Amino acid sequence: MTDTTTRTETTRPPGTTPRVVSSLHASLLFVEGAWTWYKRNWKATVVSSVGLPLLYLLAMGLGFGSQVRPGALTGGVSYLQYLTPALIATAAVQTAAGESTFPVLSGFKWQKHYLGIAATPITPAQIVGGQFIWIGLRLVTSCGAFVAVAAAIGAVTSAGVLLSLVFAIMTGLAFAAPVVAFAASIGGEGNTFNPLFRFVLVPMTLFAGTFFPVSSLPAMVRPIAWITPLWHGTELARGAAFGTLRVWPTTGHIAFLLALIAVGVALSRWRFRVRLAS
Amino acid sequence: MSDSAAADGSALVSASGLVKRFGDFIAVGGIDVEVRRGEAFGFLGPNGAGKSSTMRMIACVSPRTGGDLRVLGMEPDTQGPQIRARIGVVPQGDILDGELTVRQNLQVYGRYFGFSRAHVQAKATELLEFAQLTEKADAEVEALSGGMKRRLTIARSLVNDPELLLLDEPTTGLDPQARHLLWERLFRLKQRGATLIVTTHYMDEAEQLCDRLVVMDHGKIVAEGAPNDLIGRYSTREVLELRFPPGEHDGDEQTSENPPTDDLKDLADRIEVLPDRLLLYTADGEGALAAAHARGVRPVSSLVRRSTLEDVFLHLTGRSLVD
Repeated sequence: MTDTTTRTETTRPPGTTPRVVSSLHASLLFVEGAWTWYKRNWKATVVSSVGLPLLYLLAMGLGFGSQVRPGALTGGVSYLQYLTPALIATAAVQTAAGESTFPVLSGFKWQKHYLGIAATPITPAQIVGGQFIWIGLRLVTSCGAFVAVAAAIGAVTSAGVLLSLVFAIMTGLAFAAPVVAFAASIGGEGNTFNPLFRFVLVPMTLFAGTFFPVSSLPAMVRPIAWITPLWHGTELARGAAFGTLRVWPTTGHIAFLLALIAVGVALSRWRFRVRLAS
Repeated sequence: MSDSAAADGSALVSASGLVKRFGDFIAVGGIDVEVRRGEAFGFLGPNGAGKSSTMRMIACVSPRTGGDLRVLGMEPDTQGPQIRARIGVVPQGDILDGELTVRQNLQVYGRYFGFSRAHVQAKATELLEFAQLTEKADAEVEALSGGMKRRLTIARSLVNDPELLLLDEPTTGLDPQARHLLWERLFRLKQRGATLIVTTHYMDEAEQLCDRLVVMDHGKIVAEGAPNDLIGRYSTREVLELRFPPGEHDGDEQTSENPPTDDLKDLADRIEVLPDRLLLYTADGEGALAAAHARGVRPVSSLVRRSTLEDVFLHLTGRSLVD
């Protein structure tokens, strides 16, 4: 059997001969593998990616918001409705943080699934592609679920929220891209992620314009908010929900987020290649 | 190109002057190797000898620093994916998806080779049978024993019917029973005509599995041949081991009140002095033992055995394979 198979490969039915697939196909095969895992383990991810932002919405929007009168600051809508589009972006960043830190380090270190895949025809760059498609899909589902619940409790004002959703996903990817490159560069037990969560993620969530405008921060610290992807995402998401997007600021925000994605993906490809093929 | 290279008797792997450097560290310092279709080829050497670095270059997951390398007649630098599509890799340690089932591991992995879902399903069933894991098909991998995980890793490496199978330290960390079961499966692959490349620092594994091997040390090849040839070339037929209490033979320079080495010199072709024992290389071990006794040498224990690859390595490098 072994002697003849190599000669008759061309006559075997399609799908039964090993072959090198296209880059997009290869990345989608990675997503298929991630999906196989997710089907068995999805429950653990729901709390952090949908539950946490919903708690914010209830506590801040309904609870704290009951003490805030609609006015010029909230654009005339209730604080709950003011908060919702921004919280979609926050939810995206939360999910992105979860998906781009420990799961990526684990791919090299604990589960080591990247190392296994690197031995197949799939290349490191295609793994990176698949990883980002997967993060994008997780953002779509978790942010989508958040919007659905928010709409159900009357926190959504217009169909513009769907555009907010698109901007939120872009924001999540803009945060995830450099973090994936970072996660692919570190060793250890992942303790290095703690400063990222404490000194980047949490302050960003609190001060990047989600709960109150950045303009109410002291002038000196405002630039720090401006360089976070969440501030740009929040401006876009709110503008989309309330129909207040203007051409140049919008272009600038989108360009900033796309630039972060481009740089992060390029760095990730480099780090994955170094770690998987050196 | 690849078809002519794949003809029987020709080289599946050929390397000349192959070098791998990491910064200033030379992992592989210019080796020449040729592996032919259908043979089981071994890299034998201690940890850090450069075996795994060599394997990673052949597996096209580590670009070479210098020299020439062809795998299945192709160039790893430019045709890595094409080569990887046709080889199987059993890495050191088990790289499995611990949170998936045994069957899912085979199916997900198979898909990366461009196979249809129907094909990977059928293939998984066949490989589960081969790896004697059918009963564990739906168990989570995390719950498997070390031997089972290793068999699953080997099953997974066979998902693309590879023309060449690379096994890096295949039985390290397994208990004796699991090792023998694994060797038996590898023999079966050999009988089916598979080409195997094995790295190991166990001389018994090299003797069991390999038709031909190279002995590596410090990134260089120090000897090459069939296991028996190497033993014949670099060692005697038998070895007499004389064990002494620590400090009572020449291995310990402080006390040489009972130094039998000089007394025994003429009894053996060669004597190796280890910390706890003397190895006398001779064609007739029992004869040498009787003569030693007659001269009043009183070891704690003695043993006559056949020479192994361990002795070859000791002769070539002055060190043991396993620390």
